[in-house]
Amino acid sequence: MHELSLMEAVRDQALAAARAEGASRITAISLRIGSLAGVEPEALRFAHTVVMAGTIAAGAELRIEVVIARFFCESCQQGFDSEQGDCLCFRCGSFSSRLLQGRELELTSLELS
Amino acid sequence: MCRDCSCGQPAPEPLPQPTRQLPLHTALLQRNDAQAAGLRQRFEAAGVTVVNLLSSPGSGKTALLEALAQRLDPTGLAVIVGDLATDNDARRLQAAGLTAVQITTGQACHLEAPMVAEGLHLLHHQGISLEQLELLVIENVGNLVCPGAYDLGESLRVVLLSTTEGEDKPLKYAPIFHGADLVLITKIDLAEAVGFDRAAAHAAIARVAPHARVLETSARSGAGLDALINALAR
Ligand SMILES: Nc1nc2c(ncn2[C@@H]2O[C@H](COP(=O)(O)OP(=O)(O)OP(=O)(O)O)[C@@H](O)[C@H]2O)c(=O)[nH]1
Ligand SMILES: [Mg+2]
Ligand SMILES: [Zn+2]
Repeated sequence: MHELSLMEAVRDQALAAARAEGASRITAISLRIGSLAGVEPEALRFAHTVVMAGTIAAGAELRIEVVIARFFCESCQQGFDSEQGDCLCFRCGSFSSRLLQGRELELTSLELS
Repeated sequence: MCRDCSCGQPAPEPLPQPTRQLPLHTALLQRNDAQAAGLRQRFEAAGVTVVNLLSSPGSGKTALLEALAQRLDPTGLAVIVGDLATDNDARRLQAAGLTAVQITTGQACHLEAPMVAEGLHLLHHQGISLEQLELLVIENVGNLVCPGAYDLGESLRVVLLSTTEGEDKPLKYAPIFHGADLVLITKIDLAEAVGFDRAAAHAAIARVAPHARVLETSARSGAGLDALINALAR
């Protein structure tokens, strides 16, 4: 379970950014998480309440955008989605090793007051 | 009670504070990634191949290194091994004639780049410099999920799947296999005994790691170890 240490990183980055902005509260935190990042959004939510307690981000809403893994098929010259990370192109049955998206672990924005 | 005049009216709701958006777009692992990039530079400058060895607990990471110790010049090989607790693995590797340092992670279910830096420090104290090594192996904490997210500056990421785990594991743990440069099907000596379906395993690996090389190995019989040594020598 590394979601706890990931949320600690979110907390540290968020608090530093909020401080630099002179904000008094963080009311929402937005993340982008790839479906192939090896992270469980539910575990992030659980860790969120734990690690934000006692900070200006306590009670902040956690918004998670899940980025579905997307591969590019060379034969079809088209992308295809694959939430589970299966690289088999459903159109032509060939394997793709070109991942276009799906490994994101990103703090996208904060909502401050 | 109203705070302003003690009139007995309920206190008014505080006015909602205006909020503003602050776009950031930063990587959650930026600190790890930056340190890993620094390590990669050091490794490249020293001309050492660095392998990040990943698998679920007990897939045979340490046994594989013990077997390699018999076949490689042990002076050119060092191991940084991570475990939640105990220095058992480092001691096993040392008994096999290798230079090995143990990192115990306590709570963390994976190694992070700063822990590898600490491992290098420990090696340095044992008089081992990167320059004298051909191969540095980082045996990660046994875990098929979390270690995959952490770059350690390695040049080669090797993921093990043992025959006793079942051939469908790559499909269940796609993220870690997706990052593999090389996949080893270990304990191949046990394949028949456990009814391991090789074709199904290779098919499952191809679906989640089509770019990876795949080798079958056994630390027990020595099968596939020469091919592995060639793959590590690039
Ligand atoms: N038959 C057979 N047994 C093996 C082989 N490789 C490892 N084993 C056995 O599998 C067990 C686990 O091996 P380890 O090398 O400790 O596995 P590990 O991946 O290092 O385990 P952790 O570091 O705890 O995650 C031991 O009892 C080994 O003897 C193999 O190739 N064949
Ligand atoms: Mg081990
Ligand atoms: Zn296709």
